[in-house]
Formats: sequence, structure tokens, C-alpha cells
Amino acid sequence: MSTPYGKLPPSAEYFLLPLVNVVVAFLISGLVVLIAGESPLRAFELLIKGSLGYGEGIGYTLYYATNFIFTGLAVAVAFHCGLFNIGGEGQAYLGGLGVALPCLWLDRFVPWYVTFPLAVAGSAAFGALWALIPGYLQARRGSHVVITTIMFNFIASSLMVYLLVHVLKPVGAMAPQTRSFEAGGQLPTLGFLLRLLGLDPGIAPFNVSFLVALVACFFVWLIVWRTKFGYELRTLGQSAKAARYAGIHEARIIILTMMISGALAGMMALNNVMGEQFSLQLDFVNGAGFVGIAVALMGRSHPVGIIPAAILFGILYQGGAEIAFDMPNISRDMIVVIQGLVILFAGALENMFRPALASAFASFGARASRRATAAGE
Amino acid sequence: MFWPTLLDLLESTVRVSPPLIFAALAGLYSERSGIFDIGLEGKMLSAAFAGGAVAAVAHSAYLGLAAAILVSVALALVHAYASITQRGNQIVSGVAINFIASGATVILGQAWFDQGGRTPQLDAASRFSTIAFPFAADVGKVPVIGPIYDHIISGHFVLTYVAFLMVPFTWWVLYRTRFGLRLRAVGENPGAVDTAGISVAWLRYRAVMCDGVLCGFAGAYLSMAMTSGFVKDMTAGRGYIALAALIFAKWRPVQVMFACLLFGFLDALGIRMQGNALPFIGQVPGQLIQALPYILTVVLLAGFIGKAIPPRAGGQPYVKER
Repeated sequence: MSTPYGKLPPSAEYFLLPLVNVVVAFLISGLVVLIAGESPLRAFELLIKGSLGYGEGIGYTLYYATNFIFTGLAVAVAFHCGLFNIGGEGQAYLGGLGVALPCLWLDRFVPWYVTFPLAVAGSAAFGALWALIPGYLQARRGSHVVITTIMFNFIASSLMVYLLVHVLKPVGAMAPQTRSFEAGGQLPTLGFLLRLLGLDPGIAPFNVSFLVALVACFFVWLIVWRTKFGYELRTLGQSAKAARYAGIHEARIIILTMMISGALAGMMALNNVMGEQFSLQLDFVNGAGFVGIAVALMGRSHPVGIIPAAILFGILYQGGAEIAFDMPNISRDMIVVIQGLVILFAGALENMFRPALASAFASFGARASRRATAAGE
Repeated sequence: MFWPTLLDLLESTVRVSPPLIFAALAGLYSERSGIFDIGLEGKMLSAAFAGGAVAAVAHSAYLGLAAAILVSVALALVHAYASITQRGNQIVSGVAINFIASGATVILGQAWFDQGGRTPQLDAASRFSTIAFPFAADVGKVPVIGPIYDHIISGHFVLTYVAFLMVPFTWWVLYRTRFGLRLRAVGENPGAVDTAGISVAWLRYRAVMCDGVLCGFAGAYLSMAMTSGFVKDMTAGRGYIALAALIFAKWRPVQVMFACLLFGFLDALGIRMQGNALPFIGQVPGQLIQALPYILTVVLLAGFIGKAIPPRAGGQPYVKER
């Protein structure tokens, strides 16, 4: 048995091939813009100007990127174990509850840095809990984690609507959301970092949770590539049979991986609930859980790839808003199309360009070696 | 008081179930052949859009239906190409299709019709109308049987009857034709099918195309029968409910119909119950009823009500021995 596709040099495998896939996805997106009757080049210009052209834009870009780093890591950790966690959306939603409860409890009495660790723990715990059940069902009862996590997204949505409408809404308020948090429930912004670079962050909600996201990246790298648990996790993802033969406790690894994945998704809520809205609102996740799939695929499930992929989607979200402002035909739904195309080309069709690339490299290599032998004679 | 309410509920159950039945049967063809399909939602949505758009422009319900099927099959072929020819991850491919459909329908709808992502309201001639069965109004006066005939059996859209007829048809295809036997075999053991000299890829391509056709019907029902015109995200998770129904029915056609009717009934009940208390139970939060299909499916998947075992080769791309 050989692998169905030729081997590529590492630089092509980890950089060129993903790049080709993403570029194709963007070219097709440009085509959709063209069909909608707008100029793709002008849209691209607006996108870059709106997301990177001024301080506030950069702040918003990084704010969105923070969400996607968390959800991207969540999907990536599960990928390494051979699990597909589509439930990031629901886990992040529940994570919001884990952020809101400590904030509602303490925000009037203590400064933010006392509430913050509790909120981090709460969001991680609630997210992990929401992923624990699908993980357990996969590990012990053999039900497919993809299906159960989809179902849990819907259950989470119903549960949160119920809680927000009937339990958490202040008496007499109309909107289904919690009361606004006081100073103790508000994360400080990182605007000063942008100011150091001479940029004006404006009202961008770029906040401390970005740093938490970077720390999470480091810990994911540490856990997946530098611990015994991570080794077992990756072994299980490569070959369940080999893992079983090696005496790896399959169920334990699956459940723990799902919990870590859920905790990462849950922590996404910090950014929105404590960093921007200062209250728990209906549907605040708004698709970020699903963007994580595209981010993880694009970043090849490695933190080093996930950060730029998340920033790219941050650019799309922030710049997309600017495009929608100037081109009424291109609403923010365009981002969803791009996201879908990235998932299609970087995920499901990732091998489409591999044979062409492999043969290109092979012929290139052959020509180089021929030249070398010719020179040697 | 109880009897008319129940009748009303059953009537709306029959109204909301056909898209679920179409979509769940669509998934059945694909998944029985070993290709997981998370993309039911996306195909249904784009079919609903294509149907609504073409029917509005061409003023013909049947041209709309044809467009719906065409677009849905095209997306199904993308899924087939990714998961059969390119041996990509079937779930990733399905997720991608859902996103592309959800975004592209709104972008194109806005660009073409300029109504905030909707398609223009369809007039009576360019949408499907309801059919009254013979003597429905007369028989309707007979107690008990009359209203059942008048409200539940008669007075629905052509597509409703197509949906219910699709159930025995699918059963027949699956269990009584050569194609069906091979389709079930390729989902369990593609190696054996290959050894028998039958092309695994072509068989699966056909199964996925059947999936596309039925999703086209489901979408057409949504935008051209149940309502008149496409609205942004009008599938509202029905593709996932259909997926749940398919699992709930353990991938069998007749049971699929009952699962869809059950979930359709819960949907109708949820709408009806808003603000009303149930006899004996009292106020039940609407959110609980909305979540019930998903909860039931998870409980089933957990193996507490029998065990749902998917087709054995499901989700794995077939690689010929080399």
C-alpha cells in the first residue's frame, strides 16, 4: 500500500498547497462579487483599507481575530484526535453563561482582575461541560460526535433563549439580555498597544482576551506536541487501531480532548461578553464557532497557522463591514460565502491540486538532478 | 374544544412535514450508499432560492421546480466530487456547502431582486396551489371521518402528495430493485461491490444525485408551496432536523416518514403552544419543544431507545487496493 498521492517537500506541504487552496477560494469569491455586479478589485481595496488602513479598523480586526483564534484552536485540538467538533458554536454560547455569572455576581464589588480569572474558569468549564456529553457519548456509546455536537448546538440555542428570556433578564426589561456589567465586569482594552505604534484605536473593543488567546495557543502547542497526553491524542487521531494496540486508553483520551476543545471554544465568550457588550446577549456567538472550522483547516491545525488564519478572517469580518457600507449589494453574507469556499478548498478538496503540484515538483527535481549529472560529467 | 384543536394540529403537521420527508429521504439515498450528507440544509436552501427566483421571473411553478432541482443537484455533484473523486472529508464538504448556500442565496437575491435578499412575492399562478379531493366539502360534514378526509387527507399541495408517495417509492427502490440492493451494499461493504465488477464511484455518484433531486423538491416546497417566495435562511435548521429524523428512523424509509411526522408535529405544537398551557402539564416553555427533536435524537444515539447503527462504510472514501 502506498499513499494515494505523491509526497511533497515540507515547504510545499505546509505553505504552498494551503496557499494555493485559499487563493482559489478567494478567486471564486471574487467571481461571486462580479456576478453580484460589483468590482472585485474595488471590493478588495475596500476590504484592506477598512480592516488595516486605520487604527480603529486594526483594533476591530484583532478583536474579531481573538474570537477565531479560540474557536480555531478548539476545532484543531479535536482534529488532531480524529474528532470533528462542529459544536464550537454551542460551546461558546454556553461559555458566555460561564462568563456572565461571575460578572453578575461580583462586578459591583471588585475590580476586573478579580472577576477575570473566575470568568476564564467559568467560560472554560461551561464550554467543556457542553462538549463533555458528546465526547462521552462518542467514547462510551459509539454515537458519532459530529451528529451529537450539531444537535447540541441547537439544544444550546434553545436553552440560552429560555435562560435569557425567563431567568437572566432583569425584571421589567424588554430585551432578552442580562443587565449591563459594572466596571468589575469590563475588560480593559489593549488600545495602548496600538497607540505605541502611533495608531488611534478609537472605540475598537480590542481587549485583554487577545492575550489570553495567545496564551491558549502556547498551551495548545505544549499539550498537543510536548506531553504524553498529546502524543496519545495524536496517535489516536492517526490510527485508532495502533493506539488501542499500544494500550492507550481510548475513551479517556476522547473525552479529555473534547473537554479541552469545548473549553477553548467556551473561552471565546470572554472577548464578546466581557470585552465588548458587557452583558450576555442573544446569539452573541454569531457564527464564530463555525468560522473556527475554516480557521483550523486553513491553519493546518497548528497554532502557528491558526493565528494568521484567524487574523485573515478578522480582516474579512471587519473589512466586510466596510464593503457592505459602500457596496449595498455585498452584504456581510459575502463572508459566509468566502468561509464556505475556504472550507471547501482548504478542507474537502485539499488534495485537488496535490497531484499537479507533486508532478511539478517531480519534474522540477528531475530536471535539476539531470542538470547536476550533466555538470558532473 | 379538544377535537378541533387536535385536527388543527394534525393539519399543520401535514403542512410542515413534506420538506422534512423530502430532505430526510434525500439523506437516506446518500448515506445508505456510504456518503454522509451534512449539506441537506444548504442544498434545500439553494433550491428554495432557485425555485423562488425562477418562478418569479418565468411565472411558472414547474420551471421553478426544475431550477430548484437543477441547482440542488449541482451542489450535490460538488459534494460527490469532493467526497468520492477527491476522497475528501465528507463532513467538511457538507459544512462548506451549507455556508456557501447560506451566503450566496442572500448575495445573489439582493443583487438580482434588490429586496433585502428576498425573491419577489409569487402570484397564485407561479406557485403551487392546494388540491381539493372530490366531495371534500360534502364529506367534511360527516362526523369524525369527514373532517379527517377534508382537512388532513384532502386540500394540500401536489408536492405534499409527492412527498408521501416518495416514501413507498423509496422503499421499493431500496429493497426491490437491483440499484437499491447495490446501493445498500456499497454503503456496507464497497470492497464486495467492487469485486462484483460494479463501479463504486458511479453508484455513489448516482445515489448522491438522487439526494440532490429530493433536496430540490424540499426547497421548492418551502419557497413555492408553503410560502410564496424565498426569504433569507428560510430553511431555519430543517436540514438538520431531517438529518435527525433520518438517524431517528435508523436509515429506513417508512420509519423516516413517521420520524418526520413526529418532528413536524412537535413543530406545529411548538407554534400552537406559544402562551397556552397544556392540559394536565401546565405551561411548557416553547424552547423545550423546539429542542425536543434534537434531544430525542441524542437520547436515541446514546443507545437508550434501541441502537442507531449507521451504514458501515459511511464517511470513508473508497480506495481501491493497489
